[in-house]
Amino acid sequence: MHADPIGVLTGAHFIDGDHACSEGAIAAGCRFVAGYPITPSTEVVERIAERFPFVGGVFIQMEDEIASSIAIQGAVWGGKKAMTVTSGPGFSLMMEHIGLAAMTETPCVFVDVQRAGPSTGLPTMPAQGDMMQARWGSHGDYQIIAIVPNSPQECFDLTVHAFNLSERYRVPVMMMMDECVGHMIERVVIPSADKIEVHNRKVYDGPKESYRAFETGRDLIPSMVKAGDGYRIHVTGLTHDEKGYPDMSVSAQGKLVQRLMDKIRIHADDIVMYKEEDVEGADVVVVSFGITSRTAIPAIEQARAKGLKVGHLRLVVVWPFPEKRIRELAGKVKSIVVPELNMGQIVYEVERCAAGKCNVVSVPHAGGTVHQPKDILAAIEKSLRGT
Amino acid sequence: MPRNEIKIGGFGGQGVILSGYILGRAASIYDSKYATMIQAFGPEARGSACSAQLIISDEPISYPYIVAPNVMVLMSQEAYSKFTPELAPGGILLTEEDLVVTHNLRADVRHFSIPATRIAEELGKRLVLNIVMLGFATALTNLVGRDAARNAVKVSVPKGTEELNFAAFEKGYEYGLQLLKKEPEKILA
Amino acid sequence: MPEELYDIETTIPSNPIEEFLRMDRMPHIWCPGCGIGTTVNCFVRALQTSGLDLDKVAVVSGIGCTGRVAGYMNLDSFHTTHGRAIPFATGLKLANPGLKVVVYSGDGDLTAIGGNHFIHAARRNMDLTVILINNMIYGMTGGQAAPTTPVGATASTTPHGNFEETFNLPFLAESCGAVYVARWTAHHVRHLTKSIKEALAKKGFSFVEILAPCPTLYSRRNKLGDGLDQMEFYRDNSEIKNGADTKSVTLDFQGKITVGKFVDKERPTYIEAMNQHYQKKFGDRYVPSDEIRKLSHAQE
Ligand code: SF4
Repeated sequence: MHADPIGVLTGAHFIDGDHACSEGAIAAGCRFVAGYPITPSTEVVERIAERFPFVGGVFIQMEDEIASSIAIQGAVWGGKKAMTVTSGPGFSLMMEHIGLAAMTETPCVFVDVQRAGPSTGLPTMPAQGDMMQARWGSHGDYQIIAIVPNSPQECFDLTVHAFNLSERYRVPVMMMMDECVGHMIERVVIPSADKIEVHNRKVYDGPKESYRAFETGRDLIPSMVKAGDGYRIHVTGLTHDEKGYPDMSVSAQGKLVQRLMDKIRIHADDIVMYKEEDVEGADVVVVSFGITSRTAIPAIEQARAKGLKVGHLRLVVVWPFPEKRIRELAGKVKSIVVPELNMGQIVYEVERCAAGKCNVVSVPHAGGTVHQPKDILAAIEKSLRGT
Repeated sequence: MPRNEIKIGGFGGQGVILSGYILGRAASIYDSKYATMIQAFGPEARGSACSAQLIISDEPISYPYIVAPNVMVLMSQEAYSKFTPELAPGGILLTEEDLVVTHNLRADVRHFSIPATRIAEELGKRLVLNIVMLGFATALTNLVGRDAARNAVKVSVPKGTEELNFAAFEKGYEYGLQLLKKEPEKILA
Repeated sequence: MPEELYDIETTIPSNPIEEFLRMDRMPHIWCPGCGIGTTVNCFVRALQTSGLDLDKVAVVSGIGCTGRVAGYMNLDSFHTTHGRAIPFATGLKLANPGLKVVVYSGDGDLTAIGGNHFIHAARRNMDLTVILINNMIYGMTGGQAAPTTPVGATASTTPHGNFEETFNLPFLAESCGAVYVARWTAHHVRHLTKSIKEALAKKGFSFVEILAPCPTLYSRRNKLGDGLDQMEFYRDNSEIKNGADTKSVTLDFQGKITVGKFVDKERPTYIEAMNQHYQKKFGDRYVPSDEIRKLSHAQE
């Protein structure tokens, strides 16, 4: 499937990451957005509000983020692709509905333009402090997908990708931007519609009598219908059976939750996405993501100029985490350095996968700005000491 | 062209952000260079000394913030006092002649000024001061080409005002070229 | 206990309401004497005579005893999160405006945790029918006080009696802009059925409050007898006042109950207002969604 040309602003633009995200959503076929104003994400919904009347979309500014995060799910069951957009405090309010989307396998996209927290923190300044929240924020066990762009171009490309993954796996996908990327203006090239690949959810069109809304084949992904198609579906956040009916048994719980986990796990190799540079033969690998992947580059260059063998692995999809690859690397390199605009979150995942096979050094930052390359350089050098 | 860091400063309402935007757009869309512009947000962006920060380079831009700008375009006294200490050694400083008194200027700074407000007023619209400055900066630096800048002006200003803005751009550009004839050694390498 | 209460529980195969219920989910979880079943029965009868295509009716519930209604209706049905039935229904309606979207939930769900959504959906005149079962208590969690618990009543979290002022829900709904506001009790089955039917036929935010007994937690704790006693109380203490000023219909502990249809007016729905606005502003440049376009053609 390709994008519907009606929504695609083909051409080269000089726009910020927030606006590029809006265009990505429109190109992906998103036609319902519910949101609530919050810095630094507001520009996304402002552009959606501007553009939607001309592309057959409905935008509604809801009364809060809680409402926004469930209105989109109503819209999805009404047949649309839908997204909500927020930043830290609003993201916190949305957590329950990330769980609902995971439980009811409602494909939808949550955009979090991260700012420095906790609480109100620094509303106009960047951070990457919501990375664990994206993964674990709602109660109970479930899996989600989280993507981290590092430029306005990627805000476009990866928003399209976020919708595609969401539709394919019927899972909420988090688009984890940050203030710097969201407000940064760069060239964004939007391809023609026929060059933009768009995936749509698997739709059931068999006989009504035999439809079981949450029955799956070996891919563990159920096919979907929408309200009004005559299937008389029941969708609940309660533990449910394959028909979608509540089932309060321990066995139903075990079966459902296991499948919600496995649904992503068995496809992890297809979902995981990272970019490597000079990793083979490196003594040190910097594992970075989002804006931090850009601040790491001057540090890596400076380290190389000093004769150190430094590779760079940038996580594009952070959740699911590329466990296999990090495990493999940990056996080959002396150290892994993890700069992130938080006090240390993804570094725990790296440590878990490295399992003591190499040195793992965190380069924390409380947010508000980006790292100074010299801090990352110092960590690279430090990581080799005593190895 | 290596990494150039540009800071444009002035007070709110002078079109500071727009001129930065046009410059970046010219470089990245019409001159096939790379440009990254960072916007200041929040109360500080609405204050009396507002600024646009821009990086222009032939190479992809990794670190997105400016560290030590080598080109500054300043349109208010407050911006001058606040921002000039950041100017890189040997940097280029372009000022609005009537709005900025350049006292205590460091000897290493290559300074040019233009009466952009007067020129804009002669054109009948004081508001196009920023575009006069943009033409001036285009002439005195090699950040973007003249055609690229003109193209970017065309698509960035309100519809119906293109001619006025072109005129403003040309005046600033011409003024810059004249100055350059007098002091060619000052141009950005 | 009125017969209606038992229609569901003792359904025989030929019972005409069977096709409206998920019979494979019976028996339901409600207590004997609970008023919720009666209201479902009235809802079903209203649907039966409404002329609506049942494939195009969706029920959305929140959490609580009433929140389980969605699960028993043989319609497209959504059992969402606590308090959030209305925003879910809002998204569903805007995506697929050809649906008749009914929100069926309880007083705690819709007016405490969901209060913000309730007032804003009414303000926007979102095209939803909201059926609120008011049993004056949180049932599912064990009888805690709700914004509807009358002053003087006892609940598990007001063991010494409630002293908090209650919501007058018809007044709240009207002042926020609902176009249809009615209140009945589980005793008034015929009036209630008619009222739900009217609400379903209404365009815009229609609201029906139904007082229903919760014998297990509210009546027993307050020494009000069983479900039947509560029904008798409704019968003896209700006063039908159609068109009553909603300001005057506050509920007191075991006081007089004003029932009736209080508001029935017209104003553009959210979708109508949006369409009119964009059509006026942009003319042919406005591209409504396919579903909205179809709907407005059908209405023309
Ligand atoms: S607890 Fe009360 S409201 Fe809930 S089912 Fe029992 S009687 Fe009905």
